[in-house]
Amino acid sequence: MSTVTPTADETRTEPSRVAVRDVLARIGRYVFLCVVLAFFALPLLWLATAPFDDTPTIAASLPQFTLDNFRALLDNPYAMTSLLNSVWLAGGTALLVVTFAALAAYALSRVRVPGRDALLYGLLLLSSIVTGTATMVPLFELAFRLNLIDSRLGVILILTGGLLPAAIFILKDFMDATPTSYEESARVFGASPLQIMRHIVVPVVRPGLATVGVWAVANVWGNFLVPFLLLRGPDKAPAAVIMYTLYTEGGQADLRLLSTFSLLYSLPVALMFVFVSSRYGFRFHGGIKR
Amino acid sequence: MSLTPKRVTGVLAAFTAVTLAATACGGSDEPAGKDAKNITLTISTNAIAGGKNSASAEWIEKWVIPRFIEAQKAKGVTAKVSFVPSGVDDEQYKTKLALDLRSKGGADVMSVDGIWVGEFAQAGYLKPLSEVAGDQADKWDGWSQIPESVQGLGTFEDKKYGIPQGTDGRVLFFNKKLFARAGLPADWQPKSWQEILDAGTKLKALPGVTPIQINAGTAMGEATTMQGALPLLVGAGGEIYKDNKWAGANQQVKDMLDFYAKVYGGGLGDPKLQQEAKGRDKSFAEFAAGKIGILAEGDYFWRGVVNPKDGVAKMPDRDTTVGWAMIPAKQPGAGIRGQDFVSMSGGGVDVLNPNSKFPAQAFELLAFMHSAEATKEQLAGAARITSRMDVNKEVLAGDPLLSFVAEKVLPLTAYRPPLAVYPQVSVALQEATADVASGKSVDEAASAYQKKVEGIVGGPGNVSS
Amino acid sequence: MVQVTSRPDETVEGAGPVTGPSPAPDAAGLGRARAAGFLVPSMVLILLFLVVPAAWTIYLGVTNYRLTGLAAANPEVVGLENYTRALSDERFRNSLVLTLQFVLGSAVIGQACLGFAIAYALRDRRGPLRRVVEAFILLAWILPSSVVAFLWIALLDRDAGTLNALLGMPGMAWLLDYPMLSIIIFNTWRGTAFSMMLYAAALENVPRSHLETARLAGASTGQQLRDVVFPRIRGHVLTNLLLISLWTFNDFSPFLITAGGPEQRSEILAVYVYKVALSGGELGFGAAISFIMLLINLVIALIYLRMLGRRKERA
Repeated sequence: MSTVTPTADETRTEPSRVAVRDVLARIGRYVFLCVVLAFFALPLLWLATAPFDDTPTIAASLPQFTLDNFRALLDNPYAMTSLLNSVWLAGGTALLVVTFAALAAYALSRVRVPGRDALLYGLLLLSSIVTGTATMVPLFELAFRLNLIDSRLGVILILTGGLLPAAIFILKDFMDATPTSYEESARVFGASPLQIMRHIVVPVVRPGLATVGVWAVANVWGNFLVPFLLLRGPDKAPAAVIMYTLYTEGGQADLRLLSTFSLLYSLPVALMFVFVSSRYGFRFHGGIKR
Repeated sequence: MSLTPKRVTGVLAAFTAVTLAATACGGSDEPAGKDAKNITLTISTNAIAGGKNSASAEWIEKWVIPRFIEAQKAKGVTAKVSFVPSGVDDEQYKTKLALDLRSKGGADVMSVDGIWVGEFAQAGYLKPLSEVAGDQADKWDGWSQIPESVQGLGTFEDKKYGIPQGTDGRVLFFNKKLFARAGLPADWQPKSWQEILDAGTKLKALPGVTPIQINAGTAMGEATTMQGALPLLVGAGGEIYKDNKWAGANQQVKDMLDFYAKVYGGGLGDPKLQQEAKGRDKSFAEFAAGKIGILAEGDYFWRGVVNPKDGVAKMPDRDTTVGWAMIPAKQPGAGIRGQDFVSMSGGGVDVLNPNSKFPAQAFELLAFMHSAEATKEQLAGAARITSRMDVNKEVLAGDPLLSFVAEKVLPLTAYRPPLAVYPQVSVALQEATADVASGKSVDEAASAYQKKVEGIVGGPGNVSS
Repeated sequence: MVQVTSRPDETVEGAGPVTGPSPAPDAAGLGRARAAGFLVPSMVLILLFLVVPAAWTIYLGVTNYRLTGLAAANPEVVGLENYTRALSDERFRNSLVLTLQFVLGSAVIGQACLGFAIAYALRDRRGPLRRVVEAFILLAWILPSSVVAFLWIALLDRDAGTLNALLGMPGMAWLLDYPMLSIIIFNTWRGTAFSMMLYAAALENVPRSHLETARLAGASTGQQLRDVVFPRIRGHVLTNLLLISLWTFNDFSPFLITAGGPEQRSEILAVYVYKVALSGGELGFGAAISFIMLLINLVIALIYLRMLGRRKERA
């Protein structure tokens, strides 16, 4: 049992002193939260101003307001389709990751598999090297042998393989934390494991699934190397790849296009987050616990 | 795990089969070869419409492809030609090409940087043109228009691997207005390194002006090597790779580093700028804003940076304000081949994929892309140094800097060795310049460089000192 | 919402490293066969697209394979040469030290501590302030790294950066003079969301009455945290540290801000591998370094498990 072991002196603390301390603590907390807010909001300033600036520079400043940059971006033949491509890749990967990870996490949570934890840890560690640059030749060769070059499916499968261990790891903690009594009663009424999974487990761990889904989308959304190496041509290229093409011959950034595209590129994930968090809740509420 | 190995294999096999079926695309059974009536060709360059090298991408899509198809049609051949744009960092583009070629895939005609030719050939990714496309490659009439030295860009071990697109040269750009204020002539042409430093000392008197920008450090990447280290090295009479040996910490390398020490140690340059991730962009912006006196760059700077029309750091008064001079050797006659002035050059090359299904037609396309007409069309009114003398004669006449480079600089220029370890040696050079720029002694930087190069090229036996 | 069966006195058991015993094994009557069936899709994908390339990479690590040049045509097995070269390479060791600083500074101290502090400050708060704070923190987490990198370059720029403008100290070259500090703060900004969410969930497991009692008894915040909160969230702390350390250790995004510079002063291992493998084309050597990184990750994981996991009885 965890107990506080106050000193004799502190036990006799007068209520008023506690109250004063409370007020101070409250003020301190507000100040802290304001500082946190400033810290997290400050870097985003540039994204809010530069796209609307006539001649954006690296400095965030009050813009000479214009929408020309957006018009210029619309003229780029690949910018808009690339966002759609990103949606396909990210959506597909997130779907596979969430579905497969949920199934696996549930099985690992409910059935004792020998060496389960060691397996999970091992895979988690492996996933950390497979995302690195050194693996690009094996990944490419593999995709080539499986005839997955220039295939969206190939990108989705490779990214899914890389994200699954961490997703299973996180979701298993969620599953471990959910009570099993409903499952037991459903089983008494003759529900199959898949039915139990769909109707009882999934609703309970939904915030966890949503979180893992958003995490997967964010990961794919920013991934450059895998789609770049596997896909041919910009018709299938996601926004992460197209973002890198907005430079000049000498490698100089075209800030007008780049800032505007950055904003458009960021919006979908931001909107998705707002949607998911209002619809499903977005937190590890009750999850990742032991 | 309760999965038996057999089941795993079964599942794997089934899975693979599904993926294969899902992604397999219909291959054509058309007869390949020289007399095919239906051909499919692909072009790949590191260019993309609306992004990097946009004009070049548009030229391929809107001019080359339709014209080529038309020309083939006249011969009774139905050609399907597609373009795979890229437009990313050169290193990434190179990686992708190498992976493609390694798996015997990739476009039929692709452009590469000239210095990749050797390493790609050594890896077996590329084959000599005549081996891929037969006699016609050697007989192409365009070769007579391309100077020998420029042909060298696409040549490795005396075999031609591709047709060069064009080349460039390096000069010292300077701001005539600042020069006037510092009492320096508008037709400045230094004859030794000391004269550059002297001009820098005079410019230093102007407030808010960085006298000299000569790229240093790793943040600038290859720009440090091409615009700084190598021009200085050849100016000291050294070569980075000669007689199968790489230059170690020899006297010429030390001379080069000593020049850096005088610029950055003597307060004539801004050492911080060399370290910044976007330092080169900034040096451009500062030059355009009249804050840099002398800047060593390639002709790209004139065409693409301070170009009042579409540069990234436009200078509306470019034509009157920006002056240029050849890069001098350390002293007159001290440069390689006993030259008084030096330069370095590079350039792109278009090559054929040895795995092309229609190699003969791929060469036809390649030759078509390098015809005088196509080359002129690619420029789209802008001037730059192409590989063809006939085109250069026409298009460079209107541009003083480019004709200067073509006439005065290119005859003196030198090229980098197209070998796989070159990029690493280049980084070692950059690191040595960074050491000196940030205050280390020349000897210290040189011996660290020597050690690195020995590690890179496989021991002291391959390094000259 | 989920009601967590809160068992305040539950302690971490030694059986499974982090993940303790399943709550009630096999409540849904899955059975081993069907459980295996549930695992198959994940395991197939993981085997094919994770284990195979990983094993392949480990193999590349004992060759002199390069992307181009002669060594691309005929790679040779060179045994442990890559490893001895890496371990005797000053640049590698420098990179390793920087990476450990990066993990300690940005993951353990930055993300975990700041994440906890925010979660603690917001623990019984509802309403707009909480939502706005959380939204910004999460935004930093989900935006693509190429965009985020640009934002930080804009923030920290020497001449025109927003920070220098605010502080009124133009010319302060944060990225050049304090490259490690810059990327540590950057990564704290980038990844705090995960820790915050995790600790927010964890704190819900701490009964409010216990905290209240302690507070009324006059325990300072530090004492409350040590005696009431920490024992109940020990498992979360472990999961959190494990994941964020792993992610941070292999994080490549600082490259987009400092490119490892100036002069390799922010060249963490992920950046080093990128330079070796992609810029230098030395895939064999790069693969060997990746494998060393994997081993170091393993050691870090074991240290965490030692410190936080294997506690049968609380002292």
